[in-house]
Amino acid sequence: MRNRAVFAVAAILLLVVAPLVLSPFRLDLLGKYLCYAIVAVGISLAWGRGGMLTLGQGVFFGLGGYAMGMHLKLQDGELPDFMSWSGVEELPLLWKPFANPVFALAMVIVLPVLVATLLGLLVFRQRVRGAYFAVLSQALAAAFVILLIGQQGLTGGTNGLTNFQFFFGLDLYEDADRRILYLVTALVLGASYLSVRQLVRSRYGQLLVAIRDGEDRVRFLGYDPALVKTVAFAVSAGLAGIAGALFVPLVGLLSPANLGIVASLELLVGVAIGGRYSLAGAVAGALLFNYAKTIFSEQWPDGWLYVQGALFVAVMVWAPRGLAGLSHQFRDALSSRRKVEVQA
Amino acid sequence: MGTLNQLVIGASIGAVLLLAALGLTFTFGQMGVINMAHGEFIMAGAYTAYVLQPLAGDQAVLVALPVAFAVGGVLGLILERLIIRRFYGRPLDTLLLTFGISLILQQAARDIFGAPNVQVDAPGWLTGGVDLAGVRIAYNRLFILVLAIGCVVAISLYLSKLRQGRRMRAVMQNRQLAAVSGVATGRVDQATFFIGSGLAGVAGVALTLIGPVGPTFGTAYIVDAFLVVVAGGLGQLKGAVIAAFVLGVLNSFVEFWTANGASFAKVVVFAVIIAFLQVRPQGMFVLKSRALT
Amino acid sequence: MSPVRRTLITLLAAGLLAGGCANDPSGSGGSGGDTIKVGILHSLSGTMAISEVTVRDSELLAIEEVNAAGGVLGKKLEPVVEDGASDWPTFAEKAQKLINEDKVATTFGGWTSASRKAMLPVFERNKALLWYPVQYEGLESSPYIFYTGATTNQQIVPALDYLKQQGKKSVFLVGSDYVFPRTANKIIKAYAAANGMTISGEEYTPLGTTEYSTIVNKLGQAKPDVVFNTLNGDSNVAFFKQLRSAGFTAQTMPTVSVSVAEEEVTGIGPANVAGHLVAWNYYQTTEGTTNSTFVKAYKAKYGADKVTSDPMEAGYNAVKLWAAAAAKAGSVDVDAVKKAAGGISLDLPEGKVTIDGENQHVYKTARIGLIQPDGQIKEVWNSGAPIKPDPYLKGYAWAAGLS
Repeated sequence: MRNRAVFAVAAILLLVVAPLVLSPFRLDLLGKYLCYAIVAVGISLAWGRGGMLTLGQGVFFGLGGYAMGMHLKLQDGELPDFMSWSGVEELPLLWKPFANPVFALAMVIVLPVLVATLLGLLVFRQRVRGAYFAVLSQALAAAFVILLIGQQGLTGGTNGLTNFQFFFGLDLYEDADRRILYLVTALVLGASYLSVRQLVRSRYGQLLVAIRDGEDRVRFLGYDPALVKTVAFAVSAGLAGIAGALFVPLVGLLSPANLGIVASLELLVGVAIGGRYSLAGAVAGALLFNYAKTIFSEQWPDGWLYVQGALFVAVMVWAPRGLAGLSHQFRDALSSRRKVEVQA
Repeated sequence: MGTLNQLVIGASIGAVLLLAALGLTFTFGQMGVINMAHGEFIMAGAYTAYVLQPLAGDQAVLVALPVAFAVGGVLGLILERLIIRRFYGRPLDTLLLTFGISLILQQAARDIFGAPNVQVDAPGWLTGGVDLAGVRIAYNRLFILVLAIGCVVAISLYLSKLRQGRRMRAVMQNRQLAAVSGVATGRVDQATFFIGSGLAGVAGVALTLIGPVGPTFGTAYIVDAFLVVVAGGLGQLKGAVIAAFVLGVLNSFVEFWTANGASFAKVVVFAVIIAFLQVRPQGMFVLKSRALT
Repeated sequence: MSPVRRTLITLLAAGLLAGGCANDPSGSGGSGGDTIKVGILHSLSGTMAISEVTVRDSELLAIEEVNAAGGVLGKKLEPVVEDGASDWPTFAEKAQKLINEDKVATTFGGWTSASRKAMLPVFERNKALLWYPVQYEGLESSPYIFYTGATTNQQIVPALDYLKQQGKKSVFLVGSDYVFPRTANKIIKAYAAANGMTISGEEYTPLGTTEYSTIVNKLGQAKPDVVFNTLNGDSNVAFFKQLRSAGFTAQTMPTVSVSVAEEEVTGIGPANVAGHLVAWNYYQTTEGTTNSTFVKAYKAKYGADKVTSDPMEAGYNAVKLWAAAAAKAGSVDVDAVKKAAGGISLDLPEGKVTIDGENQHVYKTARIGLIQPDGQIKEVWNSGAPIKPDPYLKGYAWAAGLS
């Protein structure tokens, strides 16, 4: 009951209070944080529950984002601006289907899920895990970025895709329309959170945790860990894709820098700060980290890297389970009688 | 002729990769610490050469080699003692932790030495090169190759001949068994981290010969270095050596044979590593173990 | 589990509170109060900090000088500095912040084309003003941006004219992989085709690449008369070091660079790059009392070992030009400043600089320089008079198919 009340309060804060209180600029920023929170929900599933430290989540964020960006670029029926200055005179074949909104929306989810499934099946079957998987996914992010940058005529290169005015009938130059976009993002976050929570509480969720804690034991019980892990990985990729697709109209651009190694790490850091084992913690962590990033970089542009770096170190040293785990650490310290409740 | 030249270039790219990755085979390979700050230790080595320049003139690079080993080593030791020792057995946490540290070190370098690149003069005897049968061998490349080989030889001697080194291998192969056999694993960890980080410092000095020296110096090498270690097999010196040179030669030929190939070569290298790990998921050489994971 | 939710709520509440405060319009933004706020938005962290920090410094110097001379419209300028963090969405975000929250009268900022492209929609949407101080690839003329760096016909085209005049027939193109080098090379290829020059190779490397031995090997095989270098940032250091160690000198493999200025020369090491050519509109050695005053003031403020370079000077100019336009308009209102800016002409370190009211670029003198062993750049040729900016190269027949 209390759970639901808290969720309702959070929903009211995000859906009613925030749009009323915040300036359009701050609301935009909050919308951007919400995108990262959607990614965080997926990371919490893959990393917290499944033990897969994915350093390449930016790739899936990017696949979803580019699918959306390509569609938005084609809305006015003209050749995208960067193509004309890159010497491309005709719309490339790859771009053509993205003019169709249904196709583009489908691709936002299909592309990342497809890539994650293929990669997951290959990699997890070979029992690549732990640090190997982390470094491998990082290499994937690096390769993806280089590929995007190298194909300037096709992808906009380093600049990425910029300058969108319309999003499915919304005029992104109008504050009122931007508010609707923000609300859509908040609703998507809520839906992602609820469905992943459902998934985590199901039998599947228990299996996933069991694999994280003893993959071989689960295998001996007759399950296929590779398949179970691939599903979690694909879901997290799909969520990242959706977040990327919302990021594009909210922020107004998507460039390879948003998908690279550092960007992927930052997606992860929020989750680590909030607490990887707790979905709500991951969401809160993503919001908190990105909010802190904005504030510190505004207040102390010359030195905010110190703060950011110190924040990582402090969290990992003193609160390895994140803020969500902190409350547990507190309670453990306060009462030794009460048994540690397993976070759901 | 161009092809032969390219082989030499590949070897020298391999030597650079190897130098950057050598320290990681210790800290990452043997201790499971994913040290994202390794790149910043490389940077510290490079700045050591820069700082010594007013004292040592154009021989700064040579003088800096041992000093940078000590500087990198001490930095690593401080990090290990203060923080990382709490994190053994949690490799993925060390990644985020050391990423934070790398941000701090980068900004510190920016505040201490300024944001623009600084210049380290190469010693006079390292400028220029020699033409052998139409193949150009630059002295600084040769120096890096010799240095890399020297480091590898020194490390393997240390690991096989010295008691300290043998203990290190024992801890790497089975930490618990080593501990109950009377090896002070904490000490060994410190030594491992000191050497691993010190090697990063040495790499930094050598890399001033071919590249820029600036606050983001280390980030240019860190991902490649990790890939070398992963492809070679964790903790496998032999694997790292082979992986570095294979990747170096592969990179140089793909870039040479394709027009505008620099980007393409990088992507090919990444793809090859991902494919390779499909065949050998633990890298080229695997430490045999019966432990269930 | 509720403590988790509590964290979430506390966080949100804190966010709303802070946001709400920031929304408070009582700040003395724009022309209200005793000061006029102006934004400065460059990368102070990340890979581009190498180049952009000094541009911020020179812009701050210019603001100081404007204030010392009585400010604008009797009010002192108050710089609001933000960090673009070498990240294009961050540039867009901070631009929005400067406009909406700090209510700055104008913003000086950007370096890479990508950062400008990211900020452009923000300034156009909010009808705010950006002054962009770096040479760039042209093919753009936003009504809300003033471009104080060179466009292609003030840097690349004169450099090509100079090479042609020197009898260079074959050109090898080496560049970083992004918009400026690719567009520049497109222009060079069109020029070469029309002027009987040949392109003997074209190579791009990802930004931040430090391995150039293969490209150097390709250069050795192609044996061009000259290398046209559009590499940016760190890569130049690696390129020139490796070019030299492969046995090439400025005589055997001459290059002309468009992104190597005094500051980069320091990082590359003058010994590695002496004798090579560069193309800019300003050098620290450019003659004139305005420049010697600028150099002296910059060194006095930031240290005697510091050098001045073209983008720094263009940033400095931007502040001075905006101040003059605002003074002429009698207001810092964007439309008024835009209207007043056309035709404003100041004596600045590079010489006479005039704003072209039509495309909001400036008239600039093109200068070819030779890098000296002491790290300074000696001018070997200049265009004589400031060149009218032509971002779309409309005045050049050979460039007809380009834009």
